[in-house]
Amino acid sequence: MTLELNLNLGSSFNLSKAPPLDKETLYDVLIIGGGPAGLNAALYSKRKGLAVGIIAKRMGGQVMDTSSVENYLGTSSASGEGLVQQFEDHVKGLQIPITSDVEVERIQGGRVKKVFLTNGSVYKSKTVILATGSKPRKLKVPGEETYAGKGVAYCAICDGPLFADLDVVVAGGGNSAVEAALDLSKTSSKVYLVHRSQLRADQILVDKLHETENIEVHTQTQITAVVGQGVMEGIEATHKTSGDHKRIQASGLFVEIGYDPNSDAFRSLVDLDDRGAIAIDQHNQTKEAGVFAAGDVTTVPYKQIIIAASEGAKAALSANEYIQKEY
Amino acid sequence: MALLNEELRIQLKGVLDQMENPVTLALFTAQADCDTCEETKSFMAELEDVGEKVVLELYDIQNDKEKADLYNVSLTPSIVLLDHEGKDNGIKFNGIPAGHEINSLITDLLEVSGAGEDFPEEVKASLANLQTPINMKVFVTLGCPHCPGAVAKAHKLALESPHITAEMIEAQTFSDLSNEYNVSSVPKIVFNDDHEMVGNQPIEQFLEMIEHLQGHHHH
Repeated sequence: MTLELNLNLGSSFNLSKAPPLDKETLYDVLIIGGGPAGLNAALYSKRKGLAVGIIAKRMGGQVMDTSSVENYLGTSSASGEGLVQQFEDHVKGLQIPITSDVEVERIQGGRVKKVFLTNGSVYKSKTVILATGSKPRKLKVPGEETYAGKGVAYCAICDGPLFADLDVVVAGGGNSAVEAALDLSKTSSKVYLVHRSQLRADQILVDKLHETENIEVHTQTQITAVVGQGVMEGIEATHKTSGDHKRIQASGLFVEIGYDPNSDAFRSLVDLDDRGAIAIDQHNQTKEAGVFAAGDVTTVPYKQIIIAASEGAKAALSANEYIQKEY
Repeated sequence: MALLNEELRIQLKGVLDQMENPVTLALFTAQADCDTCEETKSFMAELEDVGEKVVLELYDIQNDKEKADLYNVSLTPSIVLLDHEGKDNGIKFNGIPAGHEINSLITDLLEVSGAGEDFPEEVKASLANLQTPINMKVFVTLGCPHCPGAVAKAHKLALESPHITAEMIEAQTFSDLSNEYNVSSVPKIVFNDDHEMVGNQPIEQFLEMIEHLQGHHHH
């Protein structure tokens, strides 16, 4: 075990304590989500003089799970946490109320929007910005749910160490899958990288993959089931061109096949595309007047921190325009 | 080997200066068969050095058996947090709280010192009726970014209710225990040794499980 410290002053406790949201206030803008899109929307709203609040499940969002960020302009290299901490410090310094560790159950549209939380709280606002991001995509094969937490895992940096000296499968062919396989190869006995088509990870990573002795790559291979007895014991897969079935014995399956939008709670309020992403126009306006959306939860392509942040800014400016016109 | 560099020391000092009352870290180590005891000792000594209100007390699990029994310590390294009255509120770390877990330890130091935020009234009300003892084992790995959230929540519940104890367990250090509880995804929270929850769930999920276990007791 190599010891290091990952201090993150922003997310686990408040240095400059943000006040909680108030149930009586009619907010101008309520932002659902505490990632780059939500935080930047909060910053822009506040600077327009709007009464703004943030409702978040997890401050920082997915960036928190990113070990290093090297493509955010002005920051040549930062940890995901470090970058988010700067975002949060900026927002918290403006005394924007935040209620975190809560989940939105549904939103009622109309002139005054009502945000219902699963804990029973209700908040009111003239506009809402949906910035709930996305979550790891599931394979949707038999056995995946059954063995979730019993072998099937979605966070390689979290759960990798629990599979030391065991055989594991990584599902996926993009950068995150290949990075997970390379990481796991250091502690696990054998790593099987299984992907339904060709690898689409960066060449530099693919080269490393082929140099690593205890990684076995299976492309054009579709995982059809996760099997086991009480705990996971392996996967079943089919080769797409030959049609051959195979069974790979493994104690763990790390699913790294991309992300799905966190939009379930808004299904009846806004339009979703077939992936579940929220449909918006160029001004981040959804189907429901006064409800905007930004970042990974939307149909806007390319899931990048800087894109999510700038979409958050656009959504806030649009919300401001809407309020000027309608109130 | 120092874990804290100058930058971290300055950052930590800024946070630990906000502690209201002194908090004691009662650290139990063993002379043999303990991979991280020495590292934990030196790390906690660094924290004591940085935090004016952090007090370190060192115990040996064999030589100080009475203390170990008093705080229900059976693993090493293990850290029990005591408030300024020397009271054990049921908050424990088994394994070195390095990596991401430094965040839960720092949060706990503030909370136990009295500088934390109060739970909402609804949460307090639901905890006030507790009668059955509740123990939470929160399994983590040091590379897990959302584990400290689960540990801090469990520990805050322990601080709030005298019927609740909550212990972090570093899954790699205590791999036998992890196997016994079938830990293959973290954070995994085991309630009273037979109910479990995976992931850093909202506080309501913790309360629901706790209420469910109260129900078991009454029937």
